Amino acid sequence: MSGGDTGGRLVRPFTLTGGRTRPSRADFTLITTVTAVDPPPERAPRPQPEQLRILRMCAEPVAVAELAARLDLPVSVVVILLCDLLEAGRITARAPRPVTRTTPDLDLLEKVRDGLGRL
Amino acid sequence: MAGSDRAARTPTAPDTVKILIAGGFGVGKTTMVGSVSEIAPLRTEEPLTVAGLDVDDLAGIEEKRATTVALDFGRITIGPDLVLYLFGTPGQQRFWFMWDDLAVGALGAVVLLDVRRPRASFAALDFFERRGIPFVVGVNGFFGRHPYPPERIRDALALPEDVQVLLCDARERGSCRDVLLALIDQLIAAAVRDDGTGRLTRRTR
Repeated sequence: MSGGDTGGRLVRPFTLTGGRTRPSRADFTLITTVTAVDPPPERAPRPQPEQLRILRMCAEPVAVAELAARLDLPVSVVVILLCDLLEAGRITARAPRPVTRTTPDLDLLEKVRDGLGRL
Repeated sequence: MAGSDRAARTPTAPDTVKILIAGGFGVGKTTMVGSVSEIAPLRTEEPLTVAGLDVDDLAGIEEKRATTVALDFGRITIGPDLVLYLFGTPGQQRFWFMWDDLAVGALGAVVLLDVRRPRASFAALDFFERRGIPFVVGVNGFFGRHPYPPERIRDALALPEDVQVLLCDARERGSCRDVLLALIDQLIAAAVRDDGTGRLTRRTR
């Protein structure tokens, strides 16, 4: 877990994003899963070091929140980096399973129950 | 890393769902997340700017440094195609705005309660009740003590009959699992009830 020293951290990460503070895409939630595209598309722009770290971490599918925690960066910053990677075709993003109150998904609930039962 | 079957190398991502672990400050949320998570609880810290405060102005950085909110979360792999995330909601009142974002798409919530200071969790109960988000109440017995039976706690909190109240120990994996199971059972019961047939209409396994 990250330590208590946050001094200066909140300024620096946004320098990674070229000063942008808002993602161009709103489709990254905390539990959106991202996966590096393998092999990378030809003529993809060279990723910057933080993006390379992300690409290594999501060789296997990983949730945005986990990426942020492992990179020790705010989720909002990671999302901006992910937007660029998505636009460059370097990653795929899978949205969370939709959950609605009006039409509950019994199959899903039973699957979760069975899975928890095995804990 | 050239391979013959290149297109197929990108692994398929699993579906993801989440459950919130809520309650007042210090009721055991992170402990519970850690007890059932297959990974050590992770923490991500967000500057409050994500809530829509203007971040273009770099003046007042001192204030921004003070206003971060930590989110602790854990993971339970249900199967190869489904992963459950548990998010401990920030306990302090000033961070409630984050709950709305967190609540979007959540299956439901566990509201943890410390009977020695139940008021600390009242706000969490109100939050989920008002928004119609399903929840169960986990009464975290500190030092393993449970001075009140669940029914008395339900009455004291004026909870509806369909909201389960469970005595638990946030340090115990099995106990936390049972609370989560109770939430899922409650969701299934509500789904079946709403279905109107009174019974499961789809395959049970």
